[in-house]
Amino acid sequence: MLNALDKLMLEKVSNLQELPQGAFNIRKNGHGVQRNTTANIDIVTKQDKSGIDVIVKPYTKGESVHIPVIVTEENINDVVYNTFEIGEYSDVEIIAGCGIHNCGDNKSQHDGIHTFYVRKGAKVKYVEKHYGQGDGKGQRILNPKTIIEAEAGSVVELELIQIKGIDRTIRETDIKLMGDAKLVVTERLLTYLDQEAESSINVELLGTNSSAQIISRSVAQDNSKQTFYFDLAGKNKCRGHIQCDAIIMHKAVVLSTPRISAYHSEAQLVHEAAIGRIESEQLTKLMSLGFSEKEAEDAILNGFLK
Amino acid sequence: MLELQKVSLELEGDKGIEILKNINITFYDKKIYVVTGPNGGGKSSLAKIIMGVYNPTSGKIVLGGHDITQMSITERARLGIGYAFQSPPRFKGIKVKDLLKMAASHNPEKVNICDLLYNVGLCAQDYLERDVDSSLSGGEMKRIEIATVLARNLKVAVFDEPEAGIDLWSFQKLAETFKNIHEQYDTTIIIISHQERIMELADEIIIMSNGTISAQSNRDIMLAGILQNDTCLCSTKCEKGIGKNAECIG
Repeated sequence: MLNALDKLMLEKVSNLQELPQGAFNIRKNGHGVQRNTTANIDIVTKQDKSGIDVIVKPYTKGESVHIPVIVTEENINDVVYNTFEIGEYSDVEIIAGCGIHNCGDNKSQHDGIHTFYVRKGAKVKYVEKHYGQGDGKGQRILNPKTIIEAEAGSVVELELIQIKGIDRTIRETDIKLMGDAKLVVTERLLTYLDQEAESSINVELLGTNSSAQIISRSVAQDNSKQTFYFDLAGKNKCRGHIQCDAIIMHKAVVLSTPRISAYHSEAQLVHEAAIGRIESEQLTKLMSLGFSEKEAEDAILNGFLK
Repeated sequence: MLELQKVSLELEGDKGIEILKNINITFYDKKIYVVTGPNGGGKSSLAKIIMGVYNPTSGKIVLGGHDITQMSITERARLGIGYAFQSPPRFKGIKVKDLLKMAASHNPEKVNICDLLYNVGLCAQDYLERDVDSSLSGGEMKRIEIATVLARNLKVAVFDEPEAGIDLWSFQKLAETFKNIHEQYDTTIIIISHQERIMELADEIIIMSNGTISAQSNRDIMLAGILQNDTCLCSTKCEKGIGKNAECIG
């Protein structure tokens, strides 16, 4: 059963105030605690290693799958392998996310390795939110790895969000796109105190007319450090765009390395990268509307990370 | 009523150069003032000193009998001073509707955001969901900036070159909006402009040059003087400005 803390964590990472409709699998402190399947979406426990297979039948439309993970104890080192089979011409939303509540002095860690097979013509939106809390000294660590193979004509939308409270993260995202496949990645990341975050997003545009758009926005505060690697490789007639922006504050450090590589004469690839502080004109404008400097700063940061 | 009493301004980094020199001026309620004059004359600095973006080196600023000289931008905004920037900043991730809601958030009167956009010549349907970022043109930014000021219930509204980047139709809409504010509210409107069409809205026209007020009177007298080429007001080229035969002091 889920207690009040569990419910709070679920709300933070999945916006769930009660058990969701449709398919779901809730994992707590390294174990599955509740599951539901539907006629079109099956969830099966892996036999060879920790994790689940989520199988969406072809032509499934308008259904969602919630697979939140919560860690509420210290000294947890949870590694999970999840595989998603998104059937042909289906259209589904998958809401993942992990919340760690650590009040102890020892670290809590969750590593999620997610592999997606998005079949021909399917459309999937994958939302992953990471959140940490707890007043202990133990670190809260989340290392997600997302591997996606998107078949011809499929559409993949990723929202990768680190809300707050994660001390260390290494995020790896590797995606292969076949003909006419379309990808949109939205990454939002906030670090503060001494937190460190590293994110690499590698996209191979393999098929004719495949397209990818990666929009990354981050805010680095206090003494935190962020490192980004973006790699967009066009290996056919394709279009790709990377836009990465970071707001840097206090004594934070942001390293951003966007790379575009073309292996085909009709590959059109663009990257834009910007790191900067909040502009004083932005603060002045909002203050001239009656906001205090702190309120103006918060409004700018919230908008940027929305 | 807003008074500037012996206000001077010397900016950091420009020691010894007075941007504003001993300015004495009173802006009365429910009047439209157009401040004009050559570039570098101190018009925008006057606007910024009213909003609190700049603090005067000396002198006093008094609003409704209260000394607001030491007040911050926020405090002045909450007292009812508003300012439309000449070059409005862009905000990645903030939508037009969100910015306008923020602008209206301190206004006790209910404000219709679609009406605000209409009043500056923009179709709400096309703009509410757009980000206030580089995808908007300079003219669109300018109109949204003006809308943020119109969203507020102000005692003093300052517009820094509101006509820049605005087409004729939108300009007419904007002129109507200024007139409506003038008729319906007690707001003091201060517009910095080089445009004769804007000056025609004024109750009083003020000419600033070299950090001082070189002339001030009612619209008809001032326009007659300007059009008789007593003063060059053009921003860059005499051929395009008012008073085109005057010697350029800009």
